[in-house]
Amino acid sequence: MSIYFDHAATTPISDLALSALTDAAKKLGNASSLHSAGRSVRKELEAAREQIAATIDCAPSEVIFTGTGTEANNLAIKGLYWKAAKLGRKIVITSTFEHHAVMDPILWLAEHEGAQIIQIDVDRNGVLNFDTLNKAIAENREKIAFISIMHSNNEVGTVQDIAKVVRLAGDIPVHSDCVQSFGKVELSFKELGLTAATISAHKIGGPLGVAALILKKGLDIEPILHGGGQERDLRSGTFNAPSILAFAAAAKESRSKLGERSTAVRKLKQQLIQVVKEKVADAWVNGNQTNTLPGIVSITFPRSDSEGLLLLLDSEGIACSTGSACSAGVQRPSHVLLAMGLSEDETTSTLRFSLSYSNTIAEIEKLGAVIASVVERSRAASGKK
Amino acid sequence: MKKLKVIAAMSGGVDSAVAAARAVDAGYEVVGVHLALSSNPKKYRSGARGCCTIEDSHDARRAADVIGIPFYIWDMAEEFHKGVVENFLSEYQSGRTPNPCLRCNEKIKFEAVLDRAKALGFDGVVTGHYAITKDSPNGKTLHRAADIDKDQSYVLAVLRTDQIAGAIFPLGDTVKTDTRKEAKERGLFVANKPDSHDICFVPSGDNAGWLRERLGSETGDIVDQSGKKLGEHKGAYTYTIGQRRGLALTVPDPTGEPRYVLKIEPKSNTVVVGSHDALAVSTISATPPTWCGPIPEVNKNLRGFAQVRAHGEALACDYKFDGTNLIAYLDEPVFGLATGQALVIYDNDRVVGSGTICETI
Repeated sequence: MSIYFDHAATTPISDLALSALTDAAKKLGNASSLHSAGRSVRKELEAAREQIAATIDCAPSEVIFTGTGTEANNLAIKGLYWKAAKLGRKIVITSTFEHHAVMDPILWLAEHEGAQIIQIDVDRNGVLNFDTLNKAIAENREKIAFISIMHSNNEVGTVQDIAKVVRLAGDIPVHSDCVQSFGKVELSFKELGLTAATISAHKIGGPLGVAALILKKGLDIEPILHGGGQERDLRSGTFNAPSILAFAAAAKESRSKLGERSTAVRKLKQQLIQVVKEKVADAWVNGNQTNTLPGIVSITFPRSDSEGLLLLLDSEGIACSTGSACSAGVQRPSHVLLAMGLSEDETTSTLRFSLSYSNTIAEIEKLGAVIASVVERSRAASGKK
Repeated sequence: MKKLKVIAAMSGGVDSAVAAARAVDAGYEVVGVHLALSSNPKKYRSGARGCCTIEDSHDARRAADVIGIPFYIWDMAEEFHKGVVENFLSEYQSGRTPNPCLRCNEKIKFEAVLDRAKALGFDGVVTGHYAITKDSPNGKTLHRAADIDKDQSYVLAVLRTDQIAGAIFPLGDTVKTDTRKEAKERGLFVANKPDSHDICFVPSGDNAGWLRERLGSETGDIVDQSGKKLGEHKGAYTYTIGQRRGLALTVPDPTGEPRYVLKIEPKSNTVVVGSHDALAVSTISATPPTWCGPIPEVNKNLRGFAQVRAHGEALACDYKFDGTNLIAYLDEPVFGLATGQALVIYDNDRVVGSGTICETI
């Protein structure tokens, strides 16, 4: 029986979402069509939009469906930039440890569109340095296109004080990648005062291939996909009604069970940390442990090699993850952990375990039974001192 | 009995894919590993050149999926650069002609990978090389493959007995056409992928140009054996021993005979040329010797065969180990032999050992 500790990568589709998906897939009609079949699909789709809006506390018209979280990030980042650049605002403020889906479009803007990037550092726990942020805003206020800071980090789980970022920003637009936070911690688009936020279905038990950009009402930005203009003229492409309905089902379910699941997952995480530390005395946990996602834990096993750790755990039937890999599949030192001050050797000695309410204490005990020998063998193979 | 666990090194080519599949059939617990050898991999493979591409790692992954084994990519770029590429450059800088495939087997596949595999709890490494290992009372020995046209024992002759003990070559008894046929039958789409040739880290195939880019192209003299200047060269290391074309000599030979590169002298940046006869070599010294089986008695003359090029002829010879060097006395001379290449000694089809050629007479 395999054990899955990689729920931050993707998590199984929930029963409710799966039935919503298959039921809707059987139904005929393009939601843009004017006849009754089209109208019937459209009705369900708009109801789904309202449900999702309710789970993140925004207006339904602020939900723009996209194909993936990466697409939503690209739409927000490029759209906000192009709008601001017309007014001469070309500075983009972001952090040093964003997801590639945020970092890379920003780097693209710098390379191709003349954007200037200011990266705000984080401390050893991955907490944003507000002094640097404050200073960067104060010195460049009139020239800043937008700010993009992730709500929580996908590798270490640290949750940022986004409300504070928005306060400091004043009238500067703020985008936040909320993919890992959505459905896991309390999240109100309205209360945070964000301009834009990214959420995705498959991290919360929805299907792959559907996500959304939450974008403040009335704000028009340049689209990146041109065509029929189905989503507020900001995103084109036939409405993916079955996936959107399933997304709504998953969002509703994870919102209604957020409290109980979060408590259960936090408890499992504490047990995992305890078991690992008992077996590997010098292992340590990365990231802020007070303001953190319930299910993500990053553990460094000094002098080991995460490629070897992953291979050996995989052969024991335990799935977890290392940092990022390049397009050839070669593991690269995690820029997130490097930004937090870990050495290159330490970053490649680190694993991410990400848990869900479906994990059990028995699974954590199984990890505990093998982790010492796995770490020992990986250390022998790593050549690290 | 517990299954033996092995790492199958999978390049993305047909040979290593079939080798991995056969290891599964033979009852091993197999984990496929693709070695990323370049820190800046090219996206696509062009024809038969290069093996360090993203496409190759994808092909290796697909093959592992079809075979039904776990698959990982191991980053060996640093080890490869240090052990193979830097050695390649420094050998050329010293006026020798290295064979990087031997170094890769010695330093990467059967050292870095095998060591790592063992530390992780594996029992050996499977590759798609065409060679045979046999059990003997003194341990495993290395032999030529059944398909003599594909035989790769020459490039494996750098393996020590402990490395041979951890090596598994499932294709040793097979001819290449059968490997392709079998790949097709197994549903491996790499069945018709062209064989790789040339040097994998010189994707253009332009070895001289690649060397010029890295080592510069300082001009120097081309001289005859008496030291008389006959022309100029553009970077001594871009010439190979025995080369006849492209010398652009300004002083013709009085006898009208063609002239060949005899020697490259990096210190004086000189290329020495002379007649074909002057290329003849009868005695070859190689160092340091690596023994692929029992170590021969010191200073005892033995009969065997010498091979001095990959897929070269087996040359009848006497050979001996003088305590430091491996020396071959050829029955018939060979022409155009470069230092830096490997001398491999065979006892019929068994590989006795090898060394890097340091002197030829």
